[in-house]
Amino acid sequence: MAFNIIVLAKQVPDTRNVGKDAMKADGTVNRAALPAIFNPEDLNALEQALGIKERFPESKITVLTMGPGRAADILREGLFRGADDGVLLTDRAFAGADTLATSYALSMAVHKIGKYDIIISGRQAIDGDTAQVGPQVAEKLGITQITYAEEILDIANGKIRIKRRLENGVEVVECPLPTVVTVNGSARACRPRNAKLLQKFKHAKTATELQSEDNDYVELYTARPYLNLVEWSVADVNADPVQCGLSGSPTKVKKIENVVFQAKESKRLTDNDAEIDELMRELIESHTIG
Amino acid sequence: MANFYIDTPQFKHYLQHPLMKRIVELRERNYADKDAYDYAPVNFEDAMDSYDKVLEVVGEICGDIIDPNSEAADQQGPTVANGRVTYAVPTQENLDALNKAELMGMGLPRRFGGLNFPMVPYMMSADIVSRADASFQNIWMLQDCGETIYEFADETLKMKYLPRIVKGETMSMDLTEPDAGSDLQAVMLKATYNEEEDQWYLNGVKRFITNGDADIHLVLARSEDGTRDGRGLSMFVYDKKNGGVDVRRIENKMGIKGAPTCELVYKNAKADLVGSRRLGLIKYVMSLMNGARLGIMAQSVGLSEAATREALSYAIDRRQFGKAIIEFAPVYEMLSNMRAKTDASRTILYETCRFVDMYKALEDIARERKLTPEERDEMKYFSRLADAFTPLGKGMTSEYANQNANDSIQVHGGSGYMKDYKCERLYRDARIMNVYEGTTQLQVVAAIRHVTTGTYLQRIKEYEAMPIAPELESFKAILAKMKAQYVEMAELVIAPKNDEYLDFHARRLVESAGHVIMGHLLLQDATAVPEHFKQSAEVYVLYGQSEVAKHYNCIINSRIEDLEKYKPQV
Repeated sequence: MAFNIIVLAKQVPDTRNVGKDAMKADGTVNRAALPAIFNPEDLNALEQALGIKERFPESKITVLTMGPGRAADILREGLFRGADDGVLLTDRAFAGADTLATSYALSMAVHKIGKYDIIISGRQAIDGDTAQVGPQVAEKLGITQITYAEEILDIANGKIRIKRRLENGVEVVECPLPTVVTVNGSARACRPRNAKLLQKFKHAKTATELQSEDNDYVELYTARPYLNLVEWSVADVNADPVQCGLSGSPTKVKKIENVVFQAKESKRLTDNDAEIDELMRELIESHTIG
Repeated sequence: MANFYIDTPQFKHYLQHPLMKRIVELRERNYADKDAYDYAPVNFEDAMDSYDKVLEVVGEICGDIIDPNSEAADQQGPTVANGRVTYAVPTQENLDALNKAELMGMGLPRRFGGLNFPMVPYMMSADIVSRADASFQNIWMLQDCGETIYEFADETLKMKYLPRIVKGETMSMDLTEPDAGSDLQAVMLKATYNEEEDQWYLNGVKRFITNGDADIHLVLARSEDGTRDGRGLSMFVYDKKNGGVDVRRIENKMGIKGAPTCELVYKNAKADLVGSRRLGLIKYVMSLMNGARLGIMAQSVGLSEAATREALSYAIDRRQFGKAIIEFAPVYEMLSNMRAKTDASRTILYETCRFVDMYKALEDIARERKLTPEERDEMKYFSRLADAFTPLGKGMTSEYANQNANDSIQVHGGSGYMKDYKCERLYRDARIMNVYEGTTQLQVVAAIRHVTTGTYLQRIKEYEAMPIAPELESFKAILAKMKAQYVEMAELVIAPKNDEYLDFHARRLVESAGHVIMGHLLLQDATAVPEHFKQSAEVYVLYGQSEVAKHYNCIINSRIEDLEKYKPQV
């Protein structure tokens, strides 16, 4: 057996080591002061994908990321750890995307990739913490989703069995393929970069990178085709420009405040609709949302 | 999210040494592997970039996995049951991480799956691993036994074992026996050849074998019946898959507790002969030991780095009498001496690595083609320097590791004596470094002939001819005085032509040469990168000055008759 796996990964500012200059005066993130890293939970997701490939060596892992040109780093990082190839979705028209526009763009890229059995991503990214993109991709593709995954236990007979981490314990669920899986930070940490793969793929570049940088290894890119990283634009994935980027993003940031938590009270809700309605009313009244 | 390579900028300086260009060219045979292996470098810059990037991975694994695991590895330690050893869980985790990163067989050629790294970046990895966990460095560094198989075994054995080492099978070198420690000529483990089966069998006992339940063992055994000295010993490889060797016990040691030290019983264990009979000790072990000594040098440097950092961060945080203790002169003197000794240790480590790299690369080329006369001279030159610097460096860096571990506790005060602080483990771990792979006393035995034959002096003169930054000239002048004292001491000790007298003062002579040499190396480093080395260079020269003066004072006032005063009355 072999599976086509797509890992959705995001390049994020490293918000774990926030210094004094991490925020600009206007309250936005000072990306220049924070190193850009592979979103931590996406690394957990990649490790799950690599685990499947270990069990089913003919499987193929494609890392898919959307971002500016420098997000090609994410593809290289994936290759260094054992992914087979990578796709960078990059276009000015994708810029400013909220989770809706992002999941639309990613789902169009998934269609373009074509064959897939399992799509794996981290539960959420450390810059936005929405945890929406994975589930939205599943919705757009019209396939099942398993969130909060901690370990992919088994794949057999067209079904995948997964251990989920819940607030008060774990549960094991099963669903048919294809599926979207979002992985928790509590899952096994990703393996280190591999010394041989690192040396093999360190010169891998997108066409844009090759055009914009001096490169002493030009002759390598014809001899070693795997060094050419795939780069797709809005047109390449047949996406509707209106649904991409800022124009496709209903989320509008009204104001950003630095909040210092002081209150220690917490409230526990059940899944009762009335209680949730009540909470929403409260939050809207207090202008926390809306 | 620590990275033990990136946070120590000294490494990049040593990686960029001018001699590296020649080393890498030789090692890579002018980059001939580039068409056959997708991970081979295409040119010098590419190779250097690969070393840098791979070391970054090593630094990350050490910072994020091995260092955080070190305390638990020390506390849990390995266990033995039914003749088999199980590593502590954190130790196994470390191995798994390094295996997944394919960091085994770093020095082996690519045709066996290795990374073909020169000694310099390879030992940097050992240095970094050791800072994270010295006991784990023992297990990891034993991959170096593969080097002996590569150098001396036939092609069949190489193909049988080397690719397995690269895939992560562990190794041990089984030399010591209950009655053969420093004196390996006394090895008794018996190797018997069965002609019908065309098979060697091993019987006997080995003791103090680090990682003794390894997958692949190098074994020194007596193959020649009736012999009693080193010329009756041969080298074998034992494959654990064949069975026949059991672990009788593991030692309860003071330090390096994460690494199992085993007593092994060989009962009709099948083994493969490495190279030729009778050359086991006199040729192969000597080469193996030189490699191992370099490994212990790297281990000592890594431990010194850890001890120095622990002490520094404690001294910054700890407040007494209303200020941080780092502000007190006796404390900052200790700290700057620790840093200077650590940097001195590291500079002689990489100088030695370069010498080893140069002669080994040429030696390896000589297996493929005849060397030109110039290349032969070059090989001899560097081989001699490697031979001189290995025991000097191993002796001095392992002593410094102990001094630094000791001072690290001193800076911590009473807290340092508690198991709560890392310096307590470092102290225990350091204590073996000036003992195993030859005690410091035996390093001096190996080094002293380079005092008497002038290898050290010749090299010191070469350093003197190298330009340094003008502001460091006054320190170079101090080194010149130290050299003059060293020369005078050597003449005084050698003149009587009395071996016992030479043995008695040998340590003082070797150490004095070492101070001058490390002083020069640090001045070179400080000239290139003053921001990282200037303080260490100056502090070390001042420290060396007083040490040499002490030895000088001892020797000029010494007489052969004085030896009687020191002999124990028993």
